[in-house]
Amino acid sequence: MSKRIDVSDLDVFYGDFLAVEGVNMTIDARQATALIGPSGCGKSTFLRTLNRMHEVIPGARVQGKALMDGQDLYGTDVDPVTVRRQIGMVFQRPNPFPTMSISDNVLAGVRLNNRRMSKGDQQDLVEQSLRGANLWNEVKDRLARPGSSLSGGQQQRLCIARAIAVKPQVLLMDEPCSALDPISTLAIEDLIAELKSDYTIVIVTHNMQQAARVSDRTAFFNIAGTGKPGKLIEMDDTATMFSSPREQATEDYISGRFG
Amino acid sequence: MTADVAPAGLLADATYRRLPSWAPWGFAGGALVLAFLVLLVAATPGVPGVVALGAALYVLSLSITSRIVEGPRRAADRLATTLVTGSFLLALIPLVSLLLLVLTRGSTSFSWAFLTTDMVGIFGDMTDGGIQHAIVGTLMVTLAAAVISVPIGLLTAIYLVEYGRGPLARAITFLVDVMTGIPSIVAGLFAFALFTLIFGPAYRAGVMGAVALALLMTPVVIRSVEEMLRLVPNELREASYALGVPKWLTIVKVVLRTAAAGIVTGVMLAVARVIGETAPLLLTVGLVTQVNWDLFDGRMATLPVFAYRQYEQGGTGIDRAWAAALTLILIVMLLNLVARLVSRWFAPKGAR
Repeated sequence: MSKRIDVSDLDVFYGDFLAVEGVNMTIDARQATALIGPSGCGKSTFLRTLNRMHEVIPGARVQGKALMDGQDLYGTDVDPVTVRRQIGMVFQRPNPFPTMSISDNVLAGVRLNNRRMSKGDQQDLVEQSLRGANLWNEVKDRLARPGSSLSGGQQQRLCIARAIAVKPQVLLMDEPCSALDPISTLAIEDLIAELKSDYTIVIVTHNMQQAARVSDRTAFFNIAGTGKPGKLIEMDDTATMFSSPREQATEDYISGRFG
Repeated sequence: MTADVAPAGLLADATYRRLPSWAPWGFAGGALVLAFLVLLVAATPGVPGVVALGAALYVLSLSITSRIVEGPRRAADRLATTLVTGSFLLALIPLVSLLLLVLTRGSTSFSWAFLTTDMVGIFGDMTDGGIQHAIVGTLMVTLAAAVISVPIGLLTAIYLVEYGRGPLARAITFLVDVMTGIPSIVAGLFAFALFTLIFGPAYRAGVMGAVALALLMTPVVIRSVEEMLRLVPNELREASYALGVPKWLTIVKVVLRTAAAGIVTGVMLAVARVIGETAPLLLTVGLVTQVNWDLFDGRMATLPVFAYRQYEQGGTGIDRAWAAALTLILIVMLLNLVARLVSRWFAPKGAR
């Protein structure tokens, strides 16, 4: 239950401002793809175009093609809500719903969409999703407690459980570990390694070691200067990218010479 | 072996001195006694004079002492603390005196019988009679006003926060601001004119008053609900969108649910704002002596109008007016209490 995404000549605009220009990229199924690059180069913006989350921002629009297994994500007959059910997302800061308990947070995708589900199925889904997010053993005795009573790292795994509970094809992660301590980061990285056997994962990260540890392929974005659009510089297998990148800019960034 | 205690170094300061923690109280007491003595010599001491002079002496003496003993930074801090606390107490004086006055004057006529009888057959100097009809009328008119204005206010606020952009939203915001400033008598005249146009000049009904009150209430509801909706973090909306939840469901189940506690409080404040309105009700619903359960036919009694008329009559009417005022305050307090409970029920459950 995972799909590949092909992006060709994708431009992203905020109003008249061209934020990301001319991205061509293939994201393979059942692999983790890392997007790296300096701040403001458009990684997050590009990531959000993959499930049409950028449309939440007024004035944001896209030109070009983004296909998931050949289906155009931006087709005129495609509802962004349907796209987001297929392509889930985990955000930079953990954002469990403060009014809901732990198990309600996991069930949020079901509950908020008014889908009917029997009590037993709900319990199964909660357990299965929380196990999938490596959180079950820590919270199984307090499922009725509020989601915000968990630690930051646990909250982030709760958000991952919430995202996989709607059974998406693809999971987008926007710097999921940047607000977490090293131990929680390790827990999430282990989780990504497990999840990629079932899901296509795209992760934005500022941490080069993290990209090297968790991803199969890495894409490097860069920006020529403020006000200029961000561009995809190169993309390759992670091992190749970190040992012998083709572009000088990539090598400079990875080796810490700038950025 | 003094290894545990570091030698006096950078942190130690021989000139560091603090006034003892009882100093403010001591100075306050001393200042009051001094003020009393001074006034005893100069004139006859009264409570306001002693307190005013005492406060001035307190500020002066504490500031000077603190400046000498503790230095200018502490002295400024003490002065600021004194001013802030003083302003608070000053603001409390009218509130407390008003409550005490209403309690003492109102309790003469206040009784269970007073709450459960109406004014049928009461005239002249008779001390019987009660406000059941006015309580019923106030509750019904206010409830009807809330039924009209809460949905309009809620939906307008949702439009402004979640959908509104550009000139239309700006125009609505501007008009809401203008509406907030409408004098209540104008709202009353508007409702009166509206119903006269539609139903003829002889028509009187509780719903007229409800429309007038709704006109006053709606902008307050819009404003407070708008503030509450803006407080809901965008991250929660995004989290919901990312789960494939449509926008309207996100608004209903995430945004409104998260803001529910604040919305309840805001609506209660709006109710408290209009429940004591007199002028528009005097114009529209008038006054009767018995209970009228029909909002759409005939005059109704309301507590503010009842109090106004009784006070006008003088005699035992003045006692009834105070008791009615007391009842009104009790109703508002009761409503606030209910709102607190409801919003606690809805409030986001925090850590622990």
